[in-house]
Amino acid sequence: MAAIPDTGAAPVVQARGLTKRFGERLAVDHVDLDIPAGGCFGLLGPNGAGKTTILRMILGQSPITAGSLTVFGLPVPGAIREIRRRIGVVPQADNADPDFTVIENLRVYARYFDVPRAEAERRIAELLNFVELADRADSPLRELSGGMKRRLSIARALVNDPDLVVLDEPTSGLDPQVRRMIWTRLRQLRRAGKTLLLTTHYMDEAERLCDELVVIDHGRIISRGEPATLIAEQVEAHVLEVQGDRAAVQELLGDCPGLRLETVGEMHYAYTNDLAPVMQRLKLAPQLTYMHRPANLEDVFLRLTGHELRE
Amino acid sequence: MNVATLGLPQPQRGAIKVWYRNLLVWRKLIAPSLFFTFGEPFVYLLGLGFGLGRFVGEVEGMSYLTFLASGLVASSAMNTASFEGMYSVFTRMEHQQTYDALLATPLQVDDIVAGEMLWCGTKAMLAATPILAVAVLLGAVDDWSALLAIPLFFLIGLCFAGPAIVVAAFAPSYDFFNYYVTLLVTPMFIFSGVFYPVTTLPPFAQTLVNLLPLSHAIALVRPLVAGGLPEQLLPHLGVLVAYALAGYLAASVFIRRRLIQ
Repeated sequence: MAAIPDTGAAPVVQARGLTKRFGERLAVDHVDLDIPAGGCFGLLGPNGAGKTTILRMILGQSPITAGSLTVFGLPVPGAIREIRRRIGVVPQADNADPDFTVIENLRVYARYFDVPRAEAERRIAELLNFVELADRADSPLRELSGGMKRRLSIARALVNDPDLVVLDEPTSGLDPQVRRMIWTRLRQLRRAGKTLLLTTHYMDEAERLCDELVVIDHGRIISRGEPATLIAEQVEAHVLEVQGDRAAVQELLGDCPGLRLETVGEMHYAYTNDLAPVMQRLKLAPQLTYMHRPANLEDVFLRLTGHELRE
Repeated sequence: MNVATLGLPQPQRGAIKVWYRNLLVWRKLIAPSLFFTFGEPFVYLLGLGFGLGRFVGEVEGMSYLTFLASGLVASSAMNTASFEGMYSVFTRMEHQQTYDALLATPLQVDDIVAGEMLWCGTKAMLAATPILAVAVLLGAVDDWSALLAIPLFFLIGLCFAGPAIVVAAFAPSYDFFNYYVTLLVTPMFIFSGVFYPVTTLPPFAQTLVNLLPLSHAIALVRPLVAGGLPEQLLPHLGVLVAYALAGYLAASVFIRRRLIQ
């Protein structure tokens, strides 16, 4: 995916030393962010890393403990009404109004943004087609599947024709068909010039969609860049996923030159730039099953944030 | 609590949008909603008004049916606003995450609280007015002055909305509301003059009852229903307005504290 063109324009979101403290806990710790206009920017990190807190601060839903934050060059929280007027939000948990039908939800939401009635009707018809819910316009919410509800959330986030679309885990819990459909739509939005800001812990999603991303852990940015560059910088080109007894694998591969071995239970991840010597050794142990694949963003993520379980 | 949490509420036009959203939902659910707000007082009026009224005769110079009906419309406004302020606000805040959705638009917490207050007042009016109509049908209303009670229902709703929303702001779950209902709403219903004059209570109990708003609401509504004008209009109105204002300020502070973290 092409890098975001550097137009020299002011960033859509700019944070300097952004900090959030909940009692004793530092949820966000001196974060600097420049989210350029017109691309897809990813916030990656394990559960509890501080991603959602950063989004909530950008939306003025969480007071800033320290640091400065501007959106569209306007200060948060001072100009938050004006800022929110130009943002669309797809929340982590769908919160469309269960008492309204699909189209009523969109109409009520358009009213919150003062979209004129005729303009709202035009946009709603367009958006229902965009998320493929036109035939469900009059369905009550309880008749919608999880994927339909998420698509409604996306349509709702666009009803004010926002410049920035914020998506918090946009495809979590959805089946592969819906995920792909949503990815296609998000790419269309990006091409239409909207800035996308998304959090995700699906690395395949981040790799596909994001022009640029930051990895956050314990409230701090620990890495940033384009997905492909991050992969090239942080991990070796090849990964061999080997399954089998810990001692046997250690003995076989432990001293292999240029090889980095990570073990999680019965699974061993062998990272290397030089594939041949590792393959030769593996041929000596036919009882081990293994799979070879190119390194991806998930490997970067695990390398940076560790293998231990979170929350 | 920081300064932003404690400041005076500054609601804008968005409050009307919150109010309108609730009105649209109410309109969709009008059948069950009216059934419940109608049903219970109707049973009270028929059962107690006619049944008990036969033994009681006149109270404070009016038929028992009129006495009871004028108390019930006021207590119905109280109940409606209290339950809307607790259960419905809590549902929108926690279960449906409606407020989260609203806070992703230009609306602010102050708009939400003001909109919910207005809605509680409106719903109190929507609940109490049909009961007044039933009372008219049963012959319990003597004069057109009863129409003046309708805007009062709105004020009574506002007066009970604030405290109820404060309770919702502290509630960990629906069960929490039982405390408020058992400790305040039900005792007010029983002791504040719905069923018998407050003056029959011992003096200390009268003092306690008069610290709470329902007796003042009834003191205003009852004469209007019976065909007259309330005495001590301003003191009674003052109590209701004071409760409405204090409740609104407290509700704004505590809902902000809950939503903006």
